[in-house]
Amino acid sequence: MTRHLTAGLAVAFIAAVVLADLAGGAGLNPYRAPPALALGSGQASAGGHCAAMPGN
Amino acid sequence: MAMTQTASPAANTGQRAALLGAAATLVLAVALFAGARFGLLLAIGLGFGIVLEGLRFGFAGPWRAMILRRDPAGILAQLVAIAIVAVVAIPLLASHPGELTGAHAPVGFAMLGGAFVFGAAMQVVLGCGSGTLVNAGSGNPVSLVALPFFAIGSFAGASHLLWWTDLGTAPVVVFRGAGGLVVTLALLAGVAGIVWWRAAPEHRKLPVRRLWIAAVVVALLALANLAVAGQPWGVVYGLGLWAAKGAVALGIDVTASPFWAAPGNADRLAASVLTDVTSLTNIGIIAGAALVAAWRGGLAQALPSYPARAWICTIIAGFLLGYTSRLAFGCNVGAFFSGISTGSLHGWAWFAAAFAGAVLGVRLRPLAGLEARP
Repeated sequence: MTRHLTAGLAVAFIAAVVLADLAGGAGLNPYRAPPALALGSGQASAGGHCAAMPGN
Repeated sequence: MAMTQTASPAANTGQRAALLGAAATLVLAVALFAGARFGLLLAIGLGFGIVLEGLRFGFAGPWRAMILRRDPAGILAQLVAIAIVAVVAIPLLASHPGELTGAHAPVGFAMLGGAFVFGAAMQVVLGCGSGTLVNAGSGNPVSLVALPFFAIGSFAGASHLLWWTDLGTAPVVVFRGAGGLVVTLALLAGVAGIVWWRAAPEHRKLPVRRLWIAAVVVALLALANLAVAGQPWGVVYGLGLWAAKGAVALGIDVTASPFWAAPGNADRLAASVLTDVTSLTNIGIIAGAALVAAWRGGLAQALPSYPARAWICTIIAGFLLGYTSRLAFGCNVGAFFSGISTGSLHGWAWFAAAFAGAVLGVRLRPLAGLEARP
């Protein structure tokens, strides 16, 4: 066996995460997407980050 | 990584064109169906994966090289990258406080203990937060096995985070503005000086050009991450979110945890991973590393053989990487790289604790069966 197998499994893993998420009803709406750049948008950052306490 | 070229040049060119086409198509599809910001974040993640794998820029390996051989090159490159980001990010955070947030977190007992265990675990599997993603993408079987347990550990650690922080946590300390930048750069220079002083005489030389290029490109990508997402580069949150979504799919009520019941986290649980900042960059890192490995022909490399205890240790270490990085408010990326480069004291505390843990982890790795005993 070679790394073709394991790299393929890694790519399959992320594909499974995305597809299962979409199949679970997590919808996408590009018309409600934030501006392309947060910098200069005038909007607060809303992403999750490991350094943030819960609720941030 | 072995460079194995078995196909004809024309076939290689066709394969490489297909790889680039697939990457571009993914980015465009996410931009089209989710939004331009999310397409950009996937592209930034791909860039991280390509640079980290392509130029062999990492965290766990250079720390191991310093501990075992007193070779400082990789750590010096890390410090250069962090300094470049800090020079831009700390002033930007001061001038755009409503739009940008730093990786700012408190120092505490659990945070220090978490960083120590993370440092040890990352040396056992020789993969940190970003390294596990990169290595899995390039076909490293140890990282591939560690990755899902990293995600489960991150989910569990986040679920228990408030219990751990209640053990004792100091106020958040941030080096802000011009003064904060001077302090950060002085501390980085001080660490570089200590690393240089502790280096073996035969290794006491500047990093090779490859590492300088990698440091600059990683820094530029980290700054792009900050400008696009409004927050610094991170890894661990996205992995925990994937496991949390898996738990929800299995019927587990994750909102019993105050962490996942908190408004921002509950919103992200309901939203697509294709709109989550760290999920997108994580996906990009794995895909980018896979792209580079395929581009080089490195996927033809045979898989190594390990004893059963090595796989058991990999699973345990993978879980600990995820769990402890939540207690430590980040891994080598979210706490060390992004914490220090955005002025957070916890990044420095993380570095000290994790490096001490790495000294232990280097000695544990042979016992785990992941390498021949020295």
